[in-house]
Amino acid sequence: MSALPFLPVLLWSDVLVWLMAIAALLLGIASTRQPQLAAAWRRVGRSRPGMASATLVLVFVVVGLLDSLHYRPLLPAAPDAPAAPAAYAVETLSLLDSIAEPLRTRNEKTYSAPLATRAFAKETREERAADGSVRQVRDFPRLRYGGAHLGDADGTSDASSASAGPAADDGTQTATARPRLSEADRDIDITRRAGSALAAALALWALLLLAATSLLARREAVPLAEASRRLWRGETVFAWKAVLLTLAAVFIVAAPLLALCADYHVFGTDKVGQDVFYQVLKSVRTALVIGLVTTLTTLPLAIFFGLAAGYFRGWVDDLIQYLYTTLNSIPGVLLIAAAVLMMQVLIDTHPQWFSTAAERADMRLLALCFILGMTSWTGLCRVLRGETLKLRELEFVQAAQSFGVADLRIIARHILPNVMHIVVIALVMDFSSLVLAEAVLSYVGIGVDPTMISFGTMINNARLELAREPMVWWSLAAAFTFMFALVLAANLLADAVRDAFDARLAGSS
Amino acid sequence: MLAYILRRLLYAIPILIGVNLITFALFFIVNTPDDMARMQLGVKRVTPEAIAAWKAERGYDKPLFLNAEASGAAVVSDTIFFAQSARMFVGDFGRAEDGRDIAREISSRMGPSLAIALPTFVLGLLVTISLALLLAFFRATALDFWGVVLCVALMSVSGLFYIIGGQFLISKLWKLVPISGYAGGLDAWKFLILPVLIGVVSGIGSSTRWYRTIFLEEIGKDYVRTARAKGLAETVILFRHVLRNALIPILTGVVAVIPLLFMGSLLTESFFGVPGLGSYTIDAINAQDFAVVRAMVFIGSVLYIVGLLLTDLSYALVDPRIRFDR
Repeated sequence: MSALPFLPVLLWSDVLVWLMAIAALLLGIASTRQPQLAAAWRRVGRSRPGMASATLVLVFVVVGLLDSLHYRPLLPAAPDAPAAPAAYAVETLSLLDSIAEPLRTRNEKTYSAPLATRAFAKETREERAADGSVRQVRDFPRLRYGGAHLGDADGTSDASSASAGPAADDGTQTATARPRLSEADRDIDITRRAGSALAAALALWALLLLAATSLLARREAVPLAEASRRLWRGETVFAWKAVLLTLAAVFIVAAPLLALCADYHVFGTDKVGQDVFYQVLKSVRTALVIGLVTTLTTLPLAIFFGLAAGYFRGWVDDLIQYLYTTLNSIPGVLLIAAAVLMMQVLIDTHPQWFSTAAERADMRLLALCFILGMTSWTGLCRVLRGETLKLRELEFVQAAQSFGVADLRIIARHILPNVMHIVVIALVMDFSSLVLAEAVLSYVGIGVDPTMISFGTMINNARLELAREPMVWWSLAAAFTFMFALVLAANLLADAVRDAFDARLAGSS
Repeated sequence: MLAYILRRLLYAIPILIGVNLITFALFFIVNTPDDMARMQLGVKRVTPEAIAAWKAERGYDKPLFLNAEASGAAVVSDTIFFAQSARMFVGDFGRAEDGRDIAREISSRMGPSLAIALPTFVLGLLVTISLALLLAFFRATALDFWGVVLCVALMSVSGLFYIIGGQFLISKLWKLVPISGYAGGLDAWKFLILPVLIGVVSGIGSSTRWYRTIFLEEIGKDYVRTARAKGLAETVILFRHVLRNALIPILTGVVAVIPLLFMGSLLTESFFGVPGLGSYTIDAINAQDFAVVRAMVFIGSVLYIVGLLLTDLSYALVDPRIRFDR
C-alpha cells in the first residue's frame, strides 16, 4: 500500500474562504430567480467599470483560492527504513506554493534588484590568481538563482564560486567552461522570453475574443461580423468589451512576469533574499481572507440584531441600541488593539492548541477577522434597524400581521428580502476598507502573524528601505502596485454594485 | 435645553459602565492576571513568587467581581473590577509598566497630538469642501468625471504609502523639512508641516467624494429649482443656497470627530516620531502594557460620547426644526 503523496490540511480559513466562494456562487444563481435582484445584477453586468474591475478582482480571487488549498508533502522515505510509515513534512504548503515552487525555494542571500543577475551590494571575496597568490576583490557577487541559466559571470574556476554555483548538480563543472555573462546577454534573454510569452498570451486572448464573439453571435442570432461590431461598439447587454480589454491588460502584464519569474527574480528579492513576486502572490490570499471572512462574522450579527431591533421595537430595541452604542463608543483601532493584544496572550500561553506554525498563524488571522467583524457590525446594524422600522409600517407587513403570520416568518419572508440590497452593498463596500485596514494594523503590530505574508507585513518590513543608500524600492513598489490594483478594483466594483442596487430602490419607490 | 443636556449626560453613564465592562472582560477574563504576569515578566523570571508579587503590586490579586471574604460594602469595592474601573472616572489610571503615572503622561502628550490633529482637521475640511464644491459646480462634465476617478484612486492607496511616499519625496529627495522628530514651542512648525500635509492629502479622496454626493443631493432639491427659475446665477445658487444647506450635514457629521482629535493619529505619530497620544498607544501595544491600553480605551470612549453629545447640540443649533422637548 502506497501512501498518499501529500496529506491534505484543512485550515479553518481555507474552509471559510471556500464556503464564502461557494455561497457567493449559490447566491448568484439563486438571485437570478428573483426578478428584481436579477435585474440589479444585469445592471452590474452592463456597467463597464464594474465589469472591468470584476474581471481584475476575479483574477485576484483565483490566486487566493489556489493559495487556499493546503497540504503537507510526503517526506522521502529514509533509505535505511523503507518500510516505515509515511512521514509528512511539518511545513504546510498550498497549491499555489507547489505551482510557484521555484519562487518559494530559490532564495538569495539578501537584496537583489528586479531581474538582476548580481547582488545588490558589493561583497569581498578572495580570488586565486594563476600563480597561487590570493587577492581580495570587492565586487557584486553573482546571484545563486537570478538568471542562473545564463551561466556564471565570474569566469574563474576557484572552489568558492563553484560551490556557490547555480545549482548543486552544476557545481562539479568548472565555471571556466561557460561564457562570461554580460548585461547584453541578459537583456537579450529577457526580451526574447518576454516577447514569446506576450505572443502566446496575445494568441490566447485572440482565442478568447473569438469565443466571446461567437457566443454573442449565437445568443443574439446575428452573423459573426455583426456580433464583433456590436462588441467593439459596446452595444452588448453584458459589458464584453470591458472584460476583454481588462483581460488583455492582465495578460500583457502577467505573461512576461510568468515567463520570467522561473529564472529571474522579477520583482527582486527582499532583505532575507526571498522573492518579492512570491510574497505579493501570497499576500493576495491574506487580503482576501481578511476582506471576506470578516464580513462573514459581521453579517449574521448585523442582520439579526438590526432586524430584531427594528421589528420588535420596545425593550428589544433599547437593549440592542445600548449594545451597539456602547461598542461604537470605543474607538475602533483601540478596541481592535486591546482585543488583539489579549488574543496574542491567549495564543502564546496555549501553544498546545496548535500542531503547526501555519495553524497558529491561521488561527490568528481568523481571530483578527473575528475581532474586525465584532467592531464593524454596528454600522450596518444601525442602517438595517432604520430600514426595518420603515418597512414594518408598510401595508404588506401589516397585512401579514393581521393574518396572524408568526413574527419570525414575517421577518424572514417579508422584511429580509427587502433589505438584502443594503446587505449586498455593505458587503462589497467593506471589502476594500478591510484590505486597507489590514495593512495599517499589521504595521502597528496588531495585525496578522508576523510570519504570515501579507501586504501589511511586506510594507512593515520594507518601510525603512527607501532611506537606504542606494535605495531599495522594489518591495514597496510591488506591494503598492498590487494592493492598489486590488483595492481600486474592489472600490470600482463596489460603486457599480451600489449604483445598480440603489437604482432598484429608486425604481421601486 | 439644559434638561436635554442633563438627560444626555445621564444617558452617557450606562454607556461608560458598559465600555468598562467590555474592556474589563477583555483584559481580565479572556486572560487571567497570571497569564499577563507571565507575559510581562518574560520566560526567564517566571516563578510563582514573582507572579504573586507582580499581581500584588498592581492590585490584581483580588477577586474579579465579588470579594466573599470581605464584609459590608467591601464585598463589591475590594475587587479588581471596582478598583480598576471606579478610579478611571476620576482620572486616575494607575501606573504604566515603567512606573510612570499614566494620567500625567497623557496630559503632557496631548499637546503634540493636538498640534498635528487640529491643523490637519481644519485644513482638510477646507480643502475637501472646496474641491467637492468645484466638482459639484462642474457636475456632469469631464472635469467632474476625472475628478471622481482621481478620488477613487486616491481612496485606494493605503495610508501607509502616503506617509512613506511623502517622507521620501519631501524630506529625502527635496530635503525641505526633517523626516521625523518633534520640538516643543515655536520650533515645532517645521516638524508639523509634513505630517499635516500628508494628513490632508490622504483624506482628500474619500471626503471629497462624500461631500460631492451631499452637494449633488442638495442641488437636486426643489428650492434650488425655484432659485434657478427666479433667474439666479449658478454661482450664486451654489455659494448662497447650496453651500449653506449642505454644510449642515457636513458640519454636524464632522463634529463627532472633534473630541477624538485629542487621541492623535496612531500612524502619523509613530512614523514621524511625535511624542503624542497615538505613539504612546503604539508603544504600549508593542510593550504589551495593558494598563496604558486600557486607559486609552477609556479616554477614547469618553471623548466619543462627548462627540455624540456635541453632534446632537450642533444639530439643534444649526437646524431650528429640531426641538428638545420630546
